[in-house]
Amino acid sequence: MRMGRRIAATLRRTAIHAGPTVLGIIVLDFLFLQLMPGDAADVMAIEAGSATAETMAMMRERFGLDQPVLSQLASFLGHLAQLDLGYSPRFNASVLDIIMARLPNTVLLMLTALSFALLLGIVLGSVMAAWAGRWPDRVLSVVVLLLYSMPGFWVGLMAVVLFSVKLGWLPNDSNMTIGSDFTGWALIADRAAHLVLPALALASFFVAVYARLVRASMLEVQRQDFMRTAHAKGLHPFLIQLRHALRNALIPVTTVAGMHLGNLLGGAVVVETLFGWPGMGRLALEAVLARDFSVLLGVLLLSSLLVIVANVAIDLLHAWLDPRIGEA
Amino acid sequence: MTAQFRTTRRATLAGLSMLALAGGARAQAAKKGGTLTFVQNAEPTTLVSLTTVATPSLTCSAKTTEGLLEYDYDIKPRPALATEWSISPDGTRYSFKLRPNVKFHDGKPFTSADVAYSIQLLKTVHPRGRNTFANVVEVQTPDPLSAIIVLSKPAPYLIKALTAAESPMLPKHVYEGSDPLTNQNGNVPIGTGPYLFKEWVRGSHVIYERNPNYWDPDLPRIDRMVCKFVRDAGARSVAFENGSGDIGYRTPVALADLDRLKKVPHLVFSTDGTSYSYNVQTMQFNLDSQYFKHLKVRQAVAHAIDRAAMLKAVAYGYGTVCAVPISPKSEFHDPTPSPYAYDLKKAEQLLDEAGFKRGADKIRFKVPMDFNPIGDESRKVCEFTRAALGRIGIAVEIRAQDLSAFSKRIYTDREFDFTYNGHSNLFDPTVGVQRIYWSKNFKKGVPFSNASNYNNPKVDALLEGAAVENDPVKRKAMFIEFQKIYAEDVPDLSLYTPLYLTIKNKRVHEDSPTADGVESNMSRVWLDA
Repeated sequence: MRMGRRIAATLRRTAIHAGPTVLGIIVLDFLFLQLMPGDAADVMAIEAGSATAETMAMMRERFGLDQPVLSQLASFLGHLAQLDLGYSPRFNASVLDIIMARLPNTVLLMLTALSFALLLGIVLGSVMAAWAGRWPDRVLSVVVLLLYSMPGFWVGLMAVVLFSVKLGWLPNDSNMTIGSDFTGWALIADRAAHLVLPALALASFFVAVYARLVRASMLEVQRQDFMRTAHAKGLHPFLIQLRHALRNALIPVTTVAGMHLGNLLGGAVVVETLFGWPGMGRLALEAVLARDFSVLLGVLLLSSLLVIVANVAIDLLHAWLDPRIGEA
Repeated sequence: MTAQFRTTRRATLAGLSMLALAGGARAQAAKKGGTLTFVQNAEPTTLVSLTTVATPSLTCSAKTTEGLLEYDYDIKPRPALATEWSISPDGTRYSFKLRPNVKFHDGKPFTSADVAYSIQLLKTVHPRGRNTFANVVEVQTPDPLSAIIVLSKPAPYLIKALTAAESPMLPKHVYEGSDPLTNQNGNVPIGTGPYLFKEWVRGSHVIYERNPNYWDPDLPRIDRMVCKFVRDAGARSVAFENGSGDIGYRTPVALADLDRLKKVPHLVFSTDGTSYSYNVQTMQFNLDSQYFKHLKVRQAVAHAIDRAAMLKAVAYGYGTVCAVPISPKSEFHDPTPSPYAYDLKKAEQLLDEAGFKRGADKIRFKVPMDFNPIGDESRKVCEFTRAALGRIGIAVEIRAQDLSAFSKRIYTDREFDFTYNGHSNLFDPTVGVQRIYWSKNFKKGVPFSNASNYNNPKVDALLEGAAVENDPVKRKAMFIEFQKIYAEDVPDLSLYTPLYLTIKNKRVHEDSPTADGVESNMSRVWLDA
């Protein structure tokens, strides 16, 4: 019952915050994008290597670029109000279709990477905390430091060299074997094999962050009263660490993980390019380079919604982890 | 998946050893079946090259949508959708006999009405069709299998413009009554081609399947073609190395990777099918710039650039040095060496004469240099130029920007002094070269127009003359004359023609039997089992 009320309150609060936030993001993005030199017609023409004044004018008309900026914005917002993300003349397709073809891939990649990062981070962090100051802690600290300081794309490149080129164990490109007609388990295995390297490359940095965070939080929790109580009760040390120390240590980790979702989207641009992953990050990058602003605004809108949804989920997760949070 | 992946590798290796056993016999009979994976650098925006001629679209278009003619390596026409053709002596009537019993993928017959409609469409919406077909008055269709293009004045380049990718023959019944710019045929193409469009997964790949009703019953030979878009050059190298990619063109990997890849036993490197158009890389001067408006400054720069050294430094020697805007591979090329040979003393002297003496800091003047970021070598060319011009006292600052910003700076705002850029000669200098030097094509806001603002009435007369000259000998003489004037004037500095390699797996055969190579319909390609 209390949980239900809480969910309702969280959703209400989010709705109130999210509306203006999203609108602000969209309008600011739109205006910032106007500052970029050149437009979509320039890109199309220069990619083509040929143009005439007539085709340039035709393209501008088709992109709506012959309209004043404010009427372009008004038209975009008008469409948005009808839940229509608009149309991309570059791809001759609706923005929603273009994005929805990519969104599931990016969500899958991000969630897998985040799960890898959390899982590995928590395990490493717990081990480090349990053996704090002794050799497992020292060794893992070095490993974590390495992961922290190596850029994800480099980790990805090295993984490609080792696992794809030298060993031939894992594919390095795309999200599936193109042209194969797998079904059932073969399909899942195929997708999973393609997912491993990009997810690990994307996760590597965050593994380090979470490991350090878990280690610090667990060490801090050790000195709390309830830990002493747990020891006094005669609980098994492993259970104490798991139920009392780790559970409390998870709160900062989940908070940070929620915030990292935005960073993951940013990192996805690089990793998706490297691994030919047909996701939204690459779409966003290509949309910027192509000045295809209708697609870019759609990506930004959906990304901000994604981050907001993730934050709601984290809020709710906190409530479950620690009932004291958000009582007031 | 892992198992599948390894099997492919093993199968490739097995195929290779069998080839070796066969003693690499050349005249093998074409085999049927298999899937060809075509690795492409970028994803097209449309699968029919009607509204854009960006390379990724050209690569895909012909697989479904064919042209009237195809061309051998010397750009001599061969039958495609047209089986016979003739040009009237005055060069204003092009008559075509069409291949009978050709059907579009949806079963409708291909007729002269489609030809007439396509040419009208190309003339209005194609990025260069407006120029190529400018003289077209009408397309007559006396019967379903005859089409006659009637011109107001001769267009000697027109007969070379009719490849599938350059001038696609589109289904009239699909386009009629719709806006060609929003027509969905670009996303779900229907044509007469050897391959049927199956799926386009955005951001990933396009799949084509064998057209069982193709007009040539022996073709195509493969069952399926996968065009895979691999954005990262390193990933493309890996794809060729591990056999997951079969073929790629226009040197699809980093030049630095080539030496390593050449040692991979199953890879073949070829330059077949690259003769339809050549690029010429240039250093373009803004003739309105306070520095480069002086002929002597341009001559000095010309004296200071060692083209051969540059080619080696920026392109690992993959290319041919070229001092004129028409590529050495073209029949219209003028092989006379540049009047401004590499000579630093001469360069310094010219700069002194132009009034740009070395200052207290040994620098004559500072000038920014831009570059078209579409090529990987662009920045290196600028770095080479900075070093070369530094020696004669010109301090170059390299200025980087993305495609769109580059386009706006050079062609719209004209806020530049000099820039590195590349132009395709296309299939004829009237289409590919005239646009850069013709004073009437100085058009603000139009990319690949006359960016230098070069204006020489003699050049204009020669280019305009060559555009309508029916006599090939006279026409060639006009282009040679133009190149001589160009060489003296140096409105820009032509540097080199890049050599583009097709990289393919040994199991791929007959991929590039025409001048436009893999941009053709690839109907004859076949694979070792």
